[in-house]
Amino acid sequence: MAEKIFTWLDERLALETIYGAVLDRKVPKVNWWFTLGSASLFLFVMQGITGIFLTMYYVPDPQKAYDSIEYIMNGLAFGWLIRGIHHWGASLMVLVVFLHMLRTFFYGAYKYPREMTWITGVLLLLLTLGMGFTGYLLPWNQRAYWATTVGTAIAGSVPFVGDFILQVMRGGTDLSALTLTRFFSAHIWMLPAALAGLIGVHMYLIIRLGISHVPKEDE
Amino acid sequence: MAEKVKSPHMGRREFTKIVTAFLGTVMGAIVGIPIIGYVIDPALQSQESDDWISLGPLENYPIGIPTPFTFTQTKVNGWERTTLSYGTYVLRYSETENDLKVLSSRCTHLSCRVTWKEETESYDCPCHDAKFDIEGEVLYGPPPHPLDEYAHKVEEGVLFINPTPLEA
Repeated sequence: MAEKIFTWLDERLALETIYGAVLDRKVPKVNWWFTLGSASLFLFVMQGITGIFLTMYYVPDPQKAYDSIEYIMNGLAFGWLIRGIHHWGASLMVLVVFLHMLRTFFYGAYKYPREMTWITGVLLLLLTLGMGFTGYLLPWNQRAYWATTVGTAIAGSVPFVGDFILQVMRGGTDLSALTLTRFFSAHIWMLPAALAGLIGVHMYLIIRLGISHVPKEDE
Repeated sequence: MAEKVKSPHMGRREFTKIVTAFLGTVMGAIVGIPIIGYVIDPALQSQESDDWISLGPLENYPIGIPTPFTFTQTKVNGWERTTLSYGTYVLRYSETENDLKVLSSRCTHLSCRVTWKEETESYDCPCHDAKFDIEGEVLYGPPPHPLDEYAHKVEEGVLFINPTPLEA
């Protein structure tokens, strides 16, 4: 029965072909450093899932943000765990994505024909940092407030257009409720959408071009 | 593969499959079970209150006439405090201390406030024309069950109620 259903679906969806192209594709003999990409993807999914569940209780408003997180941490079963995973997962994701980039760099895996994979990867790294930056403000505690004050002030030091950039980031001259809501919006909708789209392109390129082998001594 | 050699032992691929499925299930459960707890927790937390609320000296309430009394109570839901006001009607049957009934004035249909009408001897709901008799039983209209009743006690001549309505 199960086999019949599978055959019916496979005939229409080409599941076997997708499986073959995605998971059974030929790869050179590689080492553990080559698992960092999969690890990044896993962390992205993990951050997505825990983040979705955090929005069930979090309120992006200066009056309520801190209290709502206090409630998640102390008033709710497993709230500490969900937020803990999201909090530590964020740092871990930046670390893993960065190591993934170093591996690509030192093995020269960014060269022809994989330049596009490298470029999308760089954008993915920047988006990951953007996620870290926007997420850092959301607890609305002293550390979050001042880190964002400093972070946006650094962006404001750009010649000529700095003031404009700073005001766009803050939603005005001061850090306010508008800053919190726009950081929240960027953190849960805009940046994740861009990340998901680019991850799709990045993975299409990996499947299409394959991964490079570990460079040999004479190369 | 040219020919398949049957081995009595488990193959490497099969072993990997089983281990992957097992570890995947364990990891899924480690994340999934807490998430279910996290989502349903507010529904499991007890909404009941043990604090008895004073309705004042018993002698304030005449015998045989439902007399209104309202009180407010602060509830904490997550990070929010809400002050809700509750309405009750106290009906004494006789001089005996505990011979009385405290009804909620919340209509059991859609939570509007009912009012005691002396002329018709009924609690009338302004929303959908429901009527309850002096005991809180439904006389007319859409309410599914009688008015809620509060547990009560009298201590040193003062009437107290438990703000969690008794199950109808």
